[in-house]
Amino acid sequence: MTERIAMAKAINLGLRRAMERDSKVMIMGEDVGPLGGVFRVTDSLQKDFGDSRVVDTPLAESGIIGTAIGLAYAGYRPVCEIQFDGFIFPAFDQITTQLAKARYRSGGRVKFPIVIRVPYGGGIGAVEHHSESPEALFAHTAGLRVMSPATPSDAFAMIQQAIASPDPILFFEPKARYWDKEDVDLQADDAALGLIPAPDGAVPGVAGLERARVLTSGTEVTIAAYGPTVKTALSAARVAGEEGRSIEVIDLRSISPLDIDTVATSVTKTGRLVVVHEAPTFFGAGAELAAAVTEKCFYSMQAPVLRVGGFHTPYPPANIEEEYLPSLDRVLDAVDATLAY
Amino acid sequence: MITTDTGGETPHSTVGAHEESGSPDHTVQLLSPTGDRLDDAVYSARAAHLDRAALEDLYRDMALTRRFDNEATSLQRQGELGLWPPSLGQEAAQVGSARALRPQDFVFPSYREHGVAWVRGLDMRRLLVLYRGRDHGGWDAYQHNYNVPTLVIGAHTLHATGYGMGIQRDGDIGTGDPDRDRAVVAYFGDGATSQGDVSEAMVFASAASVPVVFFCQNNQWAISVPTAKQSRIPLVHRGEGFGIPSVRVDGNDVIACYAVMDEALERAHNGGGPTFIEAVTYRMGAHTTSDDPTRYRSRAEEEHWRQRDPIARLRIHLEKSGTAPEFFDRVEAEADRLGEDTRAFCRALDKPDPESMFDHVYATSNSQIERERAWFRDYEASFDQEAQR
Repeated sequence: MTERIAMAKAINLGLRRAMERDSKVMIMGEDVGPLGGVFRVTDSLQKDFGDSRVVDTPLAESGIIGTAIGLAYAGYRPVCEIQFDGFIFPAFDQITTQLAKARYRSGGRVKFPIVIRVPYGGGIGAVEHHSESPEALFAHTAGLRVMSPATPSDAFAMIQQAIASPDPILFFEPKARYWDKEDVDLQADDAALGLIPAPDGAVPGVAGLERARVLTSGTEVTIAAYGPTVKTALSAARVAGEEGRSIEVIDLRSISPLDIDTVATSVTKTGRLVVVHEAPTFFGAGAELAAAVTEKCFYSMQAPVLRVGGFHTPYPPANIEEEYLPSLDRVLDAVDATLAY
Repeated sequence: MITTDTGGETPHSTVGAHEESGSPDHTVQLLSPTGDRLDDAVYSARAAHLDRAALEDLYRDMALTRRFDNEATSLQRQGELGLWPPSLGQEAAQVGSARALRPQDFVFPSYREHGVAWVRGLDMRRLLVLYRGRDHGGWDAYQHNYNVPTLVIGAHTLHATGYGMGIQRDGDIGTGDPDRDRAVVAYFGDGATSQGDVSEAMVFASAASVPVVFFCQNNQWAISVPTAKQSRIPLVHRGEGFGIPSVRVDGNDVIACYAVMDEALERAHNGGGPTFIEAVTYRMGAHTTSDDPTRYRSRAEEEHWRQRDPIARLRIHLEKSGTAPEFFDRVEAEADRLGEDTRAFCRALDKPDPESMFDHVYATSNSQIERERAWFRDYEASFDQEAQR
């Protein structure tokens, strides 16, 4: 049975399923209780699961992640909410220096199945610190996985996969897509969700956590995107298609690790790659993808990899964010430019 | 704050005027620097059962810790260890507090708690693997409920608080069952109290009444910076400021350290929430073997604290109360054996397989790690092939 729901609701229902599946799963963050989070992603969860499993924490991000690490030592699976992208930095040490390295430090003896949910990205007319895309900073840190869903269906499955994963995961939720709706199969069984039941019926394993997905098949240009820009990439493919161009769109889904093989297979066919993300292109995920794809596909490539993304500026004031963000026009320009080589 | 009247000598800080006359601050002391047991209205009862045999055990714990620590310092000087942070002078704070713990209590240490590790039952020699560059940790934290060290100052106080939140959710406080009720202890130093994470840990612990003990060893120096530059007020007031019951103890008095920790653990086990303990002690050695204390503190200050050596203090007491000289000979012989074993253990630690650097980054297969591991394996193998040519 499918239901037409928004991404925020899909994540909410995914959290609910995960909490029903495993009593060790708990939610913690600022305003996640009666308010249901500032985006209502945790709506009703405290009412139904109690304030021991859905915890309104003091207003301190380092404290949220640091105590989640301790809870993991005690056998819990915390899902932490960082209220907005730009508020994650007080927790940066706990995430990159403690959480990311704690398993390594323990010699593999301790698991840290912690999910950090981060509403990220711009386009919502917000004030400073509410529109950033800091994913590359975490992708650069070994020990973390970084992923970002682009659609309600994927968000519903991916949040459950992330919670089932024994490794720490930065789960970047494209807040500009929170209200986009889609038919989601809410009855999907664990196998369909990519969850593999453990022999003892305990916490399931995870399949396909780092798999990119080819959304449209094409022969001339590959566009790779993730999170909020997947929709832009699909629009670009449609418009270019109307002009007779054949575009292959890939939703990367996982930023760390990157599914290089799926992208390389595509670029071997098309010979051209455009990477689109909201984060600044300088030292961004697109730079890594460009290097990795060039190493694999050099002799198949017809043009250098082009990147479309944010500039090397702080996120600008909302009145001019439209000019900062990778718009449909800029993506189409990049497609034209790569075809012109 | 809990205050008591002991009439004993207050260990003074040579830096910062933390104990001005007229201050309500009090320092719990149950064994005077001259080796006499002192009465304390609140705490004496908690240590009353510590008879001579028990005190001899505490002496042995401290003497073995010191011998191990000195051996490790020597091993660093001889190039066998990359670095060593001596615990010299802090044995009473560590051993006394740790002896109050139950097996099921959990400890998040910093990197200088060699005496706590010993009391928890960890083979102290395992502490060397980190400083020989062999491993970042080196043991199973759950085996003795003693975690591997956290080197970033104060970060682990949040982990301890989170672990305590787990204890609450497991229902393991306030049951009255001594085998079930659990607590968690974070060990840290005076410098750590300036870290934001330590404040956040106390905020979380206080607000949710978490069964955690914040055990601060104020050893007077954060590398070269004296405690007075960390705080305008006595550190014990940091805890109070967060609404946490707080107590200051003579950190060179092993009996008093036991007693205040016993109280803190009882509170935690019973569901009474956190406690902050400031144990006033002295780092008699360098911060680490890379440090040079002659650049920032005086011989006179070091001498002042040498007169307050925690082990000498207990020894005087034991000698006065009838411990035979043979006891001390036996401990010394045991310490000598530990020293020899420590050297042998250290030298036998060989280099790990380089490819092991890729192990345990993730719990599950990760394509990035696997790609790099495969490349590294081929690269290493290429040398073998070259050698065969």
